[in-house]
Amino acid sequence: MNVRAWLALLGAVAVALAAVGEARRLAARGSRGRRFFRHGTASGGLFVLAFFTTVAAAAPLVAPYPPSSMPEIVALQNAPPSLAHPLGTDVYSRDVWSRLVYGARVSLGIGALAMLVAVTLGAAAGAVAGYARRWVDPVLMRLVDVGLSMPRIFVLLMVVALWERLPVSALVLVIGLTGWFGTSRLVRAEVLSLREREFVAAARALGARPARIILRHVLPNVAAPLIVSAALGIGSVMLLEASLSFLGIGVPSPVPSWGNMIADGKDHLATAPWTSLFPGLAIAIVVMALNAVGDALRDALDPGQETA
Amino acid sequence: MTEPLLRVRDLKTYFVTERGGGTARAVDGVSFDVYPGETLGIVGESGCGKTVTSLSILRLIPEPPGHILSGSLIEFEGRNLLTLRPPELRAIRGNEVAMIFQEPMTSLNPVFTVGDQIAEAAIVHQRLPRKQARARAIEMLRLVGIPDPEERVDHYPHQLSGGMSQRVMIAMALVCHPKLLIADEPTTALDVTIQAQILELLDRLQAELGMAVLLITHDLGIVAGTSDRVVVMYAGQVVETAATPELFAHPLHPYTEGLMAAVPRIDTRVSQVRGRLHTIPGQVPAASGWPAGCRFHPRCPYAWDRCTAEEPPLLDAGRGEPGSHAVRCWLLTEPRRRTPQA
Repeated sequence: MNVRAWLALLGAVAVALAAVGEARRLAARGSRGRRFFRHGTASGGLFVLAFFTTVAAAAPLVAPYPPSSMPEIVALQNAPPSLAHPLGTDVYSRDVWSRLVYGARVSLGIGALAMLVAVTLGAAAGAVAGYARRWVDPVLMRLVDVGLSMPRIFVLLMVVALWERLPVSALVLVIGLTGWFGTSRLVRAEVLSLREREFVAAARALGARPARIILRHVLPNVAAPLIVSAALGIGSVMLLEASLSFLGIGVPSPVPSWGNMIADGKDHLATAPWTSLFPGLAIAIVVMALNAVGDALRDALDPGQETA
Repeated sequence: MTEPLLRVRDLKTYFVTERGGGTARAVDGVSFDVYPGETLGIVGESGCGKTVTSLSILRLIPEPPGHILSGSLIEFEGRNLLTLRPPELRAIRGNEVAMIFQEPMTSLNPVFTVGDQIAEAAIVHQRLPRKQARARAIEMLRLVGIPDPEERVDHYPHQLSGGMSQRVMIAMALVCHPKLLIADEPTTALDVTIQAQILELLDRLQAELGMAVLLITHDLGIVAGTSDRVVVMYAGQVVETAATPELFAHPLHPYTEGLMAAVPRIDTRVSQVRGRLHTIPGQVPAASGWPAGCRFHPRCPYAWDRCTAEEPPLLDAGRGEPGSHAVRCWLLTEPRRRTPQA
């Protein structure tokens, strides 16, 4: 591992620390921000997320080697951690740290994008069901019941079986399409209570169209619970992606993801545990960080605690 | 006489109740007119149907469970609002007929600034560009007497007091200069001094903009000070209607009488009226089961057997112009009975 990579790593830590510091400074202004950082783990979680995001964004700088280069397929196979390879190498002599860095792009990217798809769909379905009621609500909600009662991993297995090699973009879409059910229930519940509020009646009395009422008056008031559920949901999407990749039906092999890295190392757990251990640790740490931030957000955005 | 701006005829708004498929006849055959530029007050106790009446005019009743029966007529400038298609109806809401609600604090959307919300109707109806809409919002804030409108326009509802929120609501309603303003208990949630300010404001704006106001309230004092004519509602029906001075001078329906007796007066000493304020015994019955005959008979001090058997129609009191003072009471046919049996 060369000087440039070490410096870049230090730089990433510095950027993450600076980001957390700036966030704390901004947060100190408002009651919500103060409630967010009152959580002991919020700063730590935010730091972890900022760090991995920076590393993922600056992957070519941080990673000492290209993620798929196999310099010495025999001599460097399953080499233990050393100065040159701080997290060791895998069975194909690829640098585990470099793959972890590039894998962050894939794993975090899939997590965030799939969650975005799921949250958008869930919010749309929930808002329409909750606002329209009549026949729309039962139809959509029974659909959600069906979705929630199907084991997700088998649905995904089926899709993969039908398409064989799934591009990453399709994977994102499929995970998103199967992940909006819970969100839609949450949004529907909020909308059902919001639609009876007087400001919605006032908007109707002003002559606003239903679409305008939903988009401008109802959904912004659902933002807080939606953000919380998205933050908590990214973690579970990352775990799902890891499981799929571990099973060999997620991200196709030469592209590193934290899930398929664990899979690559699973046959050598006894002799080269580092090949699976480090991506596993990365997943655990990031998911824990997401949960910590999600919990802090929940407390910060809970309007019940808002003091006038 | 000029043509009425709003003509309501035989309005019936029923609600299907959850259990047993019963029907709550919240508004049951209400008729009245609002003329251009006048203030019509609708008074009555809670549960008498006045709010449902006001919501029915702009068809804001949640359907289901509510529905307006066919045969009802709500005519605004010659157009029957009950048969308009949704886009046509939306073009009237907030534009020609506007409404302000009881609770100013909850009628404003907490996530938008005051300016955004005032500008909304102008953006919806007149497609005003953002900048002009903002300028209009500031102008409206000034009109309703909010100090520092340039600054207040960017404030959020939680930064306003109750009185200020109600001023903002009025600004929202008036931004398109409607011809009719429906004010549903506009001052009930406010304390008395603010109440007076808001009523004065409504009065001034009505004169400046030349609009008609349909004022819904349970407070006879408010009606006396602001309305030209009054409609008294009880149990989903109009029980008495008259010009304000006439109604206060000669209340004919026992319910109106009772309401007036229940208002503390500053010019009679409490000791003179036997030390206690008058109350009407009992309460408004549930809308799912109005009493047979005259709906007021269980609480009426004069009621006799005809009242329990036959429902009285609105009878002309024969005072002033024909039809100007009408009462739904059999006493009109037998005035000798107007001495309590008790």
